[in-house]
Amino acid sequence: VSRDAAIGELKFRDPQRGAALAAALAKTVAGIGRAPVSVMHVCGSHEQAIARFGLRPAFPRDLHVIMGPGCPVCITDQPEVDEAVALARQGIRIATYGDMVRVPGTAASLADARSEGARVEVVYSIDQAIALAAAGPDPLVFFATGFETTAVATAAAILAGLPDNFFILSAHKYIPPVMEIVAEMPESRIEGFIAAGHAATITGWGVFEAFVARHRVPVVVAGFEPLDILAALVRLAEMIRDRVCAVDNMFPRCVSRDGNLVAQRQLWEVFRPIGGRWRGIAHVPNGNLRLLDRWSHLDARRRFAIDLNMLWDAAPSLLSQQCVCGDIMSGLKTPGDCPLFGADCVPDNPVGACMVSSEGTCRIWHEYGVASRVGVGRES
Amino acid sequence: MCLGVPGRVLEVQGTIAVVDFFGVSRRVRLELVDEPVAPGDYILNHVGFAIRRIPEGDIAGTLAMYEQLLREAEADLMAGDVKSELKGTRS
Repeated sequence: VSRDAAIGELKFRDPQRGAALAAALAKTVAGIGRAPVSVMHVCGSHEQAIARFGLRPAFPRDLHVIMGPGCPVCITDQPEVDEAVALARQGIRIATYGDMVRVPGTAASLADARSEGARVEVVYSIDQAIALAAAGPDPLVFFATGFETTAVATAAAILAGLPDNFFILSAHKYIPPVMEIVAEMPESRIEGFIAAGHAATITGWGVFEAFVARHRVPVVVAGFEPLDILAALVRLAEMIRDRVCAVDNMFPRCVSRDGNLVAQRQLWEVFRPIGGRWRGIAHVPNGNLRLLDRWSHLDARRRFAIDLNMLWDAAPSLLSQQCVCGDIMSGLKTPGDCPLFGADCVPDNPVGACMVSSEGTCRIWHEYGVASRVGVGRES
Repeated sequence: MCLGVPGRVLEVQGTIAVVDFFGVSRRVRLELVDEPVAPGDYILNHVGFAIRRIPEGDIAGTLAMYEQLLREAEADLMAGDVKSELKGTRS
């Protein structure tokens, strides 16, 4: 697809501004004077917008815009899914956000447990899980997943008070620490980051200043509209070209330096950051959010003896060993580099978590036909 | 899920707001929002909570993209995620 044709396809409210920004991006990237230049965003909604509005073909060939570990479902690691599956098989009611049900654990998903008769409910908010618990005496475990934007809702619900039969299995994750890990991966050579506007609404853009100081790469906070994303990429390319290492906020209408202090206070009244594995990526120091000791009476890990042994009766799928989700989320590979993508791994029968979630790179590329448009295996 | 969905506050009852989301009236919790919210304000909802009051000058621009997405079939991933946000609020 030629760039002009691609811009013609852009579903912008203001196509002229879109075309001008795409031209500015091409000129700025060319001005960097080396190629390719790789930048990373860490938000499934950004990847959706890039694919949905046809932005990727309008990016300059020498600019690689990579989706990093920005899908909360995808980075939830197998041992965390295993805990939820084990609880479900032990007869405990589980409620969780939609896509988590189909994410594979070591040998089974919550959907598998449900098909065996376990009680697994999909909810769209913790309030719905609370309503389910309040309707009967049986204990209910809310398998709480998502980044800080969602963890603050769990925290607020806990602080407001929960039914006695309501317990939390926290797999919440905190984005800033994983950016450190990805920035330190020598193979990925990420030269700048786009930060997710709504996550930064909570944390504030100031949270990235220490990161920038340590890693000497610029960060630009971006909104979700096609023009927001293009404008943020132009700014990031300028900063790379001019060797400016700073945080720039291109989403000032939603993001302040300090963020939402009311939400942050609730988050840290309930959770503490601890290290833990992110699926396929690495052990991320301070990347997981666990309940503070004062909430241990709500913690499913303390309330129930979680018996993981029965999970080992079934062998992990052989195909899952070929899954390259981790390399994709680290920016080392694209879905087109995976032998399973679109063949053995499809949305109706996913092998890896990135094909399950609506925010997963593989699912997004598959649904919007991105791989065929950018050329499979385009990596340098 | 990171997208959230914007809506207009119809009434406030303590820590709950009744919010109009593109013609659908739903209840949203207010414990997380860091500014006072009053009828007529626009908020951004995520998993049943208002996480942000949307500044006056920015409302029209914010709504346009969502209006486009909500016209889409649920099969569209981005539209599906926005609709999931509405399912997280109480009627």
